[in-house]
Amino acid sequence: MRALSLDEGAIEVEAVGMTMRFGSFTALDSVSIRVRAGSFHALLGENGAGKSTLVKCIMGYYQPSEGGILVAGREARISDPRAAHALGLGMVYQHFTLVPALSVAENLIIAARDTQGIINWRKARARLSEFMASMPFSIPLDQQVATLAAGEKQKLEILKQLWLGRKLLILDEPTSVLTPQEADQILGHVRDLCRAGRISVLMITHKFREVMAFADEVSVLRRGRYVGGGVVAELSQAQMSAMMIGAVTLAQPSPRIGQREGVVLEIGGLCATDRSGLKDISIDGLKVHAREIVGIAGISGNGQKELMEVLTGERPRRAGHVLVKGVRWDASRAKARRLNVRFLPEEPLRNACAPRMSVAENIGFRVFDGLGTGTQFWLRPAELRQHAAQLVRQFGVKTASLDAPISALSGGNVQRAVLARELTGKVDLLVISNPCFGLDFSAVSDIRARILAARNSGAAVLLMSEDLDEILELSDRVLVMSEGRITYDRPVAQAHIHEIGAFMGGAQ
Amino acid sequence: MSFLPDGHLSSVAIAMLGGAVRVSTPFLFVSLGECLTEKSGRINLGLEGTLIFGAMSGYAVAFMTGSAWAGVGAAALAGAAFGLVHGLLCSLPRVNDIAIGIALMLFGMGLAFYFGKGFIQPVAPTLPSINLGWWSDSPQLRSALRINALFLLGIVLALGMAWMVRATRIGLIIRTVGDSSDAARALGFRLVLVRVASTSAGGALSGIAGAYLSLYYPGSWNEGISSGQGLMAVALVIFARWNPVGCVWAALLFGAAGALGPALQSVGITQGYYLFFAAPYLLTLGVLIATSSPNRSMSGAPGELSITR
Repeated sequence: MRALSLDEGAIEVEAVGMTMRFGSFTALDSVSIRVRAGSFHALLGENGAGKSTLVKCIMGYYQPSEGGILVAGREARISDPRAAHALGLGMVYQHFTLVPALSVAENLIIAARDTQGIINWRKARARLSEFMASMPFSIPLDQQVATLAAGEKQKLEILKQLWLGRKLLILDEPTSVLTPQEADQILGHVRDLCRAGRISVLMITHKFREVMAFADEVSVLRRGRYVGGGVVAELSQAQMSAMMIGAVTLAQPSPRIGQREGVVLEIGGLCATDRSGLKDISIDGLKVHAREIVGIAGISGNGQKELMEVLTGERPRRAGHVLVKGVRWDASRAKARRLNVRFLPEEPLRNACAPRMSVAENIGFRVFDGLGTGTQFWLRPAELRQHAAQLVRQFGVKTASLDAPISALSGGNVQRAVLARELTGKVDLLVISNPCFGLDFSAVSDIRARILAARNSGAAVLLMSEDLDEILELSDRVLVMSEGRITYDRPVAQAHIHEIGAFMGGAQ
Repeated sequence: MSFLPDGHLSSVAIAMLGGAVRVSTPFLFVSLGECLTEKSGRINLGLEGTLIFGAMSGYAVAFMTGSAWAGVGAAALAGAAFGLVHGLLCSLPRVNDIAIGIALMLFGMGLAFYFGKGFIQPVAPTLPSINLGWWSDSPQLRSALRINALFLLGIVLALGMAWMVRATRIGLIIRTVGDSSDAARALGFRLVLVRVASTSAGGALSGIAGAYLSLYYPGSWNEGISSGQGLMAVALVIFARWNPVGCVWAALLFGAAGALGPALQSVGITQGYYLFFAAPYLLTLGVLIATSSPNRSMSGAPGELSITR
């Protein structure tokens, strides 16, 4: 039993021949991977490749149809997450599982299984302080979790797992909400903990940079199959990329055509209250020209949502002006029509669709009261259907029927349907927020190509995104938004990723 | 206050102090019940019905057994049963807690009126009070300082609840469940159990509030016994920022507002005093307007609460 003793630090975990079927669909097909004791193992794959299914099987959320798990060389029965925890396996989820209203100390205490009915705070705090002191990084115990920055929360999630005595950590895209600097810092700490033999790590990711910089070994999944892997030092990024994507040809973005022209969107002296009601966003001198994509990078929660809401008319502005082609913009439907202003908000199903209405109806929102000029009182269903059918074909929206509720579509197809609606007809200004969040590779390249095509045909595009790669790929000019202000403004050719990262993290 | 006869200002102040304590007790219990329910992430709008049913069942049991405290116990049990029904119904998929709350409010009132018909005439024993004004010569002050034991119990309960949510495991679990379902699930807590238990305990407290109404002040059972305390509790809890000790102050404030009308009447004001009977409702309206904002959610609100999401 000594080999299983929980005091000995990192453990080896091996999944052998894991197969998981949901009905007739095989999500995992005989996948075997081994995470050596004290190693940092990356699990690469596209959305839907089976990464989450695999770790859910390991953590006991699913019971695999076939195959088993070896923990420290012994076969383990993991019937539920509690059994996994008892074996020393822990998981850090993509969304935070901390309780925002509780303090750091309360979060750690409530997570522990052995917490007494009545908490002796003096003793508990002494233990917590001692634990924090033994860690390579720490978080103030009395701070309320809601007030922590995303990076701090992620650190706390990892600290919590160590506090609970976990020996193998599964990290699910741990850096998706962090700046490059924060990500490097946290992954560096995690690697140090591996090197010190305290934990083994299995990290789900799709960022090659992090795999190359931090991981010891990698396994690549595609469509539920293990398609390759090995020691990271012996693999090139191109090899990993080929394994991950396979033999699919992705839509290539069309080349940029033409130089920027006149100013289309101009924001000056804009001031609005952010959603906490405590801080302001203030944007001055932001101009977007025709035939130009201006990308706004930034960590979520720095005012991008509020800026989008001001432009769409959801949030009142206290001061300042917004001009579109020199005309005061009031976010009315009439002006949107006259000035050809279109929006593509983030989470389109929530923010740009009526989920239970049909695909055809959702596509018709801009034109239902008049396909030509002017508005009409009576609807013309046949015309609208035809219009929708044409756009569905043209934009490659995969739907069972035009009458299916739009909520039944996959994320990529909802985004395509909304794009079809917004990009049809003449577009002079397009405002976009996180257009590719959570979509798979082929949808991403498709949608980015459409955005670039809109730019090439003369639209001014304002793109807000948390994905820095997306900003760098699409933009002609890169801005950084931090604490509600634009703090950085460079043409993309002169922009440097580390500089952008520093400004995203709050540099002035 | 030029319309007050000379020397009556202090009388009104004393009457309001006594009235505040008397009127605030049901507010205190029902708001503590609502606070506990909301801390677990559910809102129970049915407490008005629970309160009225508590008033009826408490009065009936007190009359039949001859013991006022047995009535309080029966009211608490009836309230717990109502809370349990609310909690269980809301645990079914796609069931909205606000709609169920309103349905149970109407159900509780109807049931209380149906069973309560026979108890409008009989006289039940009343709850005892503690005389804290023995040292004073002023009869007004004496009557103002006759404090019911339930008021003191309510204050102890408020302090106990504040301690519970801070320093006990069950308290932290309730706050976790109320603030983030995801976190609670990841920690392996049983959301449904915690919410049903909290709603049921909250219902018991509003049952006691009802018993206070019928067994002490005003001290009889009739169909107009509640003046909306169960509904105003929702506003009170918002005003108290989900803090049990804050509920004490909020209840006293609403109690004082409720006592304004009777206090003016007692010193012989005959004109317009009835306008002051509306004071608690105006206060409710004012509180809700002052604490609402289109742009931000309320600070201190449990994250899972359907009205703040």
